[in-house]
Amino acid sequence: MIRDITIGQYYPSHSVLHRLDPRTKIMGTVFFIISLFIGNSILTYGVATLFLAIMIKISKVPLKFILKGLKPIIILLLFSVIINMLFTPGEAIVSIGFLHITKEGIRLAVFLAIRLVYLVIGSSLMTFTTTPTALTDGLERLFQFLKVVKVPVHEVAMMMAIALRFIPILTEELDKIMKAQAARGADFNRGTLKEKVHGLIPIMVPLFIAAIRRSNDLAMAMEARCYHGGEGRTRMKPLVYEKRDYISYLIVLAYFIGIIVLRILL
Amino acid sequence: MSIKLENVNYFYSQGTAYEKQALKDINLEIKKGEFVGIAGHTGSGKSTLIQHLNGLEKATSGTITYDGQDIYKKDFDLDSLRRKVGLTFQYPEYQLFEATVFEDVCFGPKNQGFSEEEVKERAREALQLVGFPEELYDKSPFQLSGGQKRRVAIAGVLAMNPEYLILDEPAAGLDPIGRTEILDQIKKLHDEKGIAVILVSHSMEDLAHYVDRLIVMNHGEKVFDDTPKNVFAHYKELEWIGLSAPEVTYIMNELKEKGFPVRTDIIHMEEATKEILRVLKKGGERQ
Repeated sequence: MIRDITIGQYYPSHSVLHRLDPRTKIMGTVFFIISLFIGNSILTYGVATLFLAIMIKISKVPLKFILKGLKPIIILLLFSVIINMLFTPGEAIVSIGFLHITKEGIRLAVFLAIRLVYLVIGSSLMTFTTTPTALTDGLERLFQFLKVVKVPVHEVAMMMAIALRFIPILTEELDKIMKAQAARGADFNRGTLKEKVHGLIPIMVPLFIAAIRRSNDLAMAMEARCYHGGEGRTRMKPLVYEKRDYISYLIVLAYFIGIIVLRILL
Repeated sequence: MSIKLENVNYFYSQGTAYEKQALKDINLEIKKGEFVGIAGHTGSGKSTLIQHLNGLEKATSGTITYDGQDIYKKDFDLDSLRRKVGLTFQYPEYQLFEATVFEDVCFGPKNQGFSEEEVKERAREALQLVGFPEELYDKSPFQLSGGQKRRVAIAGVLAMNPEYLILDEPAAGLDPIGRTEILDQIKKLHDEKGIAVILVSHSMEDLAHYVDRLIVMNHGEKVFDDTPKNVFAHYKELEWIGLSAPEVTYIMNELKEKGFPVRTDIIHMEEATKEILRVLKKGGERQ
């Protein structure tokens, strides 16, 4: 059940998207997300849908796998769609008591749903095709300029990389802990809310202890290999843009300009 | 009275890029009161196998029955199965959480819904069974040594009064004395209380010494299921799958090769000593 969470996971495959420089993918995703908020007509979203569909096709990640990542946001999605539908002033279509479903409301709700869903799909497509290490490497390089104002970019990136690396380890441990407690008769689904919350203690205590023990070990291992932060650190595989990256930038740019043009013209 | 697996298959992460078959067509019956060992290389499917025995993992296909009842039937009481088939994981850290040892052992029987008196009674009994010193009952389980933690973890399962006890590497990472102590205690539980024990281990010496029946797993398949003596006779095949026979079996085989007329189906140190002495007394000339 815990293994079902797909957001932020890496999906190993051999596609062009997988081979792109992480910086290209990050910037591409950022432009795509901005484009979602620029768009305000069916046509712009049509173009965005086409763009996203092509990207998914190229990535070779099964659609089923991508859609599974939407599960956690369903409630948030429903909530915001309903709120928007009911509380947007305008021309009422259906009225039930003091609630009015307006034309503007439906339009807004639909656009909001599209934005939210595409935002999640777009960014998970990036994580599906980029290993966590590559992702943080890319972020570190992209935010390099912040070093001028004394932001510890390398340290923050390292912390992110470690945090990402720990997610699968801790989910695995969580799985084992839940099983160990289930073997002792613990039932996590039964009882009142209070009992359920109480039932979490046998899981959370071992999990926290495991996390602390692991991070302690990791710190020790890093020290033992003379890690001392980003100062003067070089890379074994420095990030270098290649031809395919420049082409990708051009494609993304063309798409982005297209969206802006559509917005201005329509 | 048995746990029976028929044509059990299990796939991890089915339908994703990580799909992997962890169990391949397993047929197995473990009877009440047996002392069974399970050996296998890391990733051979032995941990997955034992998690099927108490319904923690659900087989992708095949049936598992407990005393003739299908455990995947809708009306089957999985809680009672987990009570009867106790399982401890390799790392006691996965289950210890309470402030004191005693309270931690109480967790299992408490979940079964016994009265407070009875819960305490059972916890006390379980801690005595694993030979845990009484003056440490009020200590935090996190302050204990590795061996003592294992004992507490095993007691936590024993307190539920299981008919089967599955132990995943109970002696891994312990010093030699701690090892023998804990394994002897388990043997005693089996002999005196009649609890069926299923022992997962990497140590061929331990398996040779304690179990009556040895199951060997490789790549999700059951490759051997026989008495340890018969399994270790195949020590060459065991090496192909990354395992080995006990050291003494090798010594006996080499002695035989060098021309001493010793028996080679020997898996215990004491047995080996006797056999070598016997051969030497008889004259001991090389043939």
